[in-house]
Amino acid sequence: MKLVIPSIHYLAILPVLIFFGAALALVLASALARGKVPLVVATSTVIAAATASIVVNFWQWRCVAKAGASVTIAHAIVLDDFSVVASGVIALSVIMTALVAHDWAIRERVSGVEFHILALASSAGALLMTQANDLIVIFLGLEILSIGLYVLVAFDRHRTTSLEAALKYFLLGGFASAIFIYGAALVYGATGSTNLTTISYFLGSNVLLRPGLLYAGGALLLVGFAFKIAAVPFHLWSPDVYEGAPTPVTGLMASIVKVGAFAALIRVLISALGTQLDTWRPILWILIVLTTVIGASLAVVQRNVKRMLAYSSINHAGFILLGVWAGTIRGTAAALFYIITYAPIVVATFAVVTLIGGVGDEHHSIERYQGLARRQPWLGGALAVLLLSQLGVPLTTGFYAKFTVLASVVDAGGGELALIALISAAIAAFFYLRWAMALYSDDGLEAARVVVPRPTAVVIGFGVLVTLVFGIWPGPLATLAQHATVLFTP
Amino acid sequence: MHSSWWLTFLILVPFVGAIGAALVRKVEGRAYVVGIGTSAIELILSVVVACLYNDHIAKAQTFDFATRHVLSAPFGLAYDVSIDGISLLMVVLTALTVLLALLGARDRRQEPAFVAWMLLLTCFTMGSFLSHDLLEFFVFFELTLVPCYFIISQWGGKERAKAALKFFIYTFTGSAFLFVGILYLAFQYQHQNPNSALTFSYSALSSTAMSHGTAVWLFIAFAIAFAVKAPIWPFHTWSPITYAEAPTAGSIEMSALLAKLGTYGLLRFAVGLFPLALVSMRPVILTLAVIGIIYGSMLACTTPDLKRFVAYSSLAQMGFITLGVMSGSTIGTVGAVLLMFNHGVITIGFFLIIGFIEKRRGSILIKDFQGLQGPAPVMAALFTVVMLASIGLPGLSGFVSEYLILIGTFATHTWWAVVATTGVLASALYLLWAYQRVFHGRAEGANAEITDATTSEKWVLVPVVVLIIVLGVFPKPVLDRITPSVHQLIAHVAPAGLNK
Repeated sequence: MKLVIPSIHYLAILPVLIFFGAALALVLASALARGKVPLVVATSTVIAAATASIVVNFWQWRCVAKAGASVTIAHAIVLDDFSVVASGVIALSVIMTALVAHDWAIRERVSGVEFHILALASSAGALLMTQANDLIVIFLGLEILSIGLYVLVAFDRHRTTSLEAALKYFLLGGFASAIFIYGAALVYGATGSTNLTTISYFLGSNVLLRPGLLYAGGALLLVGFAFKIAAVPFHLWSPDVYEGAPTPVTGLMASIVKVGAFAALIRVLISALGTQLDTWRPILWILIVLTTVIGASLAVVQRNVKRMLAYSSINHAGFILLGVWAGTIRGTAAALFYIITYAPIVVATFAVVTLIGGVGDEHHSIERYQGLARRQPWLGGALAVLLLSQLGVPLTTGFYAKFTVLASVVDAGGGELALIALISAAIAAFFYLRWAMALYSDDGLEAARVVVPRPTAVVIGFGVLVTLVFGIWPGPLATLAQHATVLFTP
Repeated sequence: MHSSWWLTFLILVPFVGAIGAALVRKVEGRAYVVGIGTSAIELILSVVVACLYNDHIAKAQTFDFATRHVLSAPFGLAYDVSIDGISLLMVVLTALTVLLALLGARDRRQEPAFVAWMLLLTCFTMGSFLSHDLLEFFVFFELTLVPCYFIISQWGGKERAKAALKFFIYTFTGSAFLFVGILYLAFQYQHQNPNSALTFSYSALSSTAMSHGTAVWLFIAFAIAFAVKAPIWPFHTWSPITYAEAPTAGSIEMSALLAKLGTYGLLRFAVGLFPLALVSMRPVILTLAVIGIIYGSMLACTTPDLKRFVAYSSLAQMGFITLGVMSGSTIGTVGAVLLMFNHGVITIGFFLIIGFIEKRRGSILIKDFQGLQGPAPVMAALFTVVMLASIGLPGLSGFVSEYLILIGTFATHTWWAVVATTGVLASALYLLWAYQRVFHGRAEGANAEITDATTSEKWVLVPVVVLIIVLGVFPKPVLDRITPSVHQLIAHVAPAGLNK
């Protein structure tokens, strides 16, 4: 038997290689260097790698514009505008998280470069997911992404909650991965391939007389994804893990996991199983109703802001799913637009939460935020803007994100679904506002000022800037999202 | 056609003023000057626009100052402003309200922020009234919530947190229906015109063809949002606590101005866009309006504090406005538009005087007062004028509008008008009774030491009294501006829905 090495288009996988390479370089440096590698070096490496990846993204974008979308490595990896944009968002989130984690590490006296190595490796997995054109590669990306995160969640090893969260995440995550790979096996059994393009072609040109195997496989794949994006009823891990994980890690999870998992989910459902739209739509319908309504309702009763944000991110996941439900190009573009705008906001929000958490990363009750905007108008005001953006107030990107997904759903004939989701947004308004109100309350004026290190300030400022600038002028981002999804054919 | 720059300035001036107020926050009292200056300029601008509009009517084109720029094609987002006789009055009311609220209900706590929020609120309200595009309207309509929320939650009374939250959630939920309705309508239009880009333009969407069932559902979706905002019974439960807990300036803005956003939206969008739905929905909304009139009047009799009292009497008045809006007759609708303005002016008067009393006595409970007219005769006299206008005494502004509404409704929906007329009697009952309890009798203790209105307080109320009297005696110039626009709107919806 002769092993044939498929041709590799290196430009397509360059971002993944850069991230892995940087992780490897840090591993080697920490092994070879005399003494410890300074934190600054590690942070700069991450930022340099992510920046390089973004530069490559521009290059890829031009390449796609010239030569069109392409597949490589035996059709397992795809290079199209969608993957380019999603990779860019991941790299941006990584830069923001690295800056926040830098200050966090100084405050918590965490030395060593392990944090950054794991973050780089995890992000490489997320990048792989955005480009995967094969169920096996999606699984690979999912595992790389998750394994790094399992460790990162446990990073505060002196804190029991952190360890507990990691264990919970690990067990349930492993279980979900198993379900996913089982689903992939069943789909392979039904269609004869794990390649998304082939599956799509097969389903488009054949009629399955006994589709049970395909349905079972598809359902299991969906469960695997639903776990990763924390859709109700597969969300139970997320509040505990969000709460237990070190706050910068929570920010990273809320951004890159969502981007990677949604990119892969969209590819599987829209590209591969697009012909089965009528089958998965009702399932997704129920999933969305549960996710949006339960996510928002349970957030209302939380007193811990990290748990609150966990439920809020569940609610947001429901909104992104709306775009997927639509199953149209408009819907896909809307989901992508939602992801692009949500990632920087959520990282910036968690950056503020990291600061307020204080030494030990333990003060996350909402009382801690009372009077913050009175003591520190810029920090408190920034958080208020970020919260209003998540709430979906006009003149912030949050509004346009909700607007586009809802528009795509109404366009696809789902008026009731849009209404239910919007009412869940009204429920969600309750806790965003309660938080915002705490910021401006008259109590807690005597509490100590929170020190805002420059890198974290940059991250928060960037998040606010993105949400306000594109909130007033959303055109470029919308055009970008539209461009990126032109090639998706439902 | 006049230049649309006038309208753009109407939106921009308060916005710039808000930024200015925030910038000069270091100097004590400077922000207040900026606020007064800005709102004075705004009022002058709006009056100029109102006067310019006049000669335009002759040309029988009812939308003036129009312009449309598409801002973002993928979203269908556009800047589209224009004005007609209906929005014209609301624009003047917006500018007037903020000026009087700032002058009469100054709040010195964190003044720069307060002034900035008030001006932002003016900017957004102005934008809503000027919008000729449904998405743009919705954006402004939603944005008004943010300043309101902060004004209530930071400068309000004891229960302010609860009140602000209740107000926001209620209105936000109502808007959810409106938003889905707007999207549905826009896509309905786009599916009928596959070659056009996504648009939310009022003039385009008003030509959308739809079935009776669709029209009814869309009408309901729109009506819920506006009924919450107005408020119309039974969607009013947020309003008493909100009006009572908000600072005086906030109560003025909300009841005199933002409530009108509800009835204005009902007329312009719900009635204007879905004529097919009117046949079946008219009796429903009219019934709600009449219930609101009776219910509001009854609760106004029993309520313990003055701000809630105005809230309930407003509920009754909003019932009258809704009655006129839904009457389907030109006269009734003209009366409703006029009452929107008059009720605004009257409410400003009420809340200002209540604010003056609250400042002196630290209470708004009716039982705490007695015989105030002895020590404060001028204040009592001013209250009397405002009160009589609200009752609908001939010669004062309330009479003209209520009279038009009732005869208009009588012509098309007789029995609803008959029942609603009892509301006029009821208003005399609760207003006079409240007056009696607060101002009559012998003043003792703290009530005897109350001081009369100061010179500046008197001057703030002068415009209110002047408008009440002028519009009561000589409403013709205003009616001339409203009527052609209303007539056109009614003519547009009439073929489908009017039997008389």
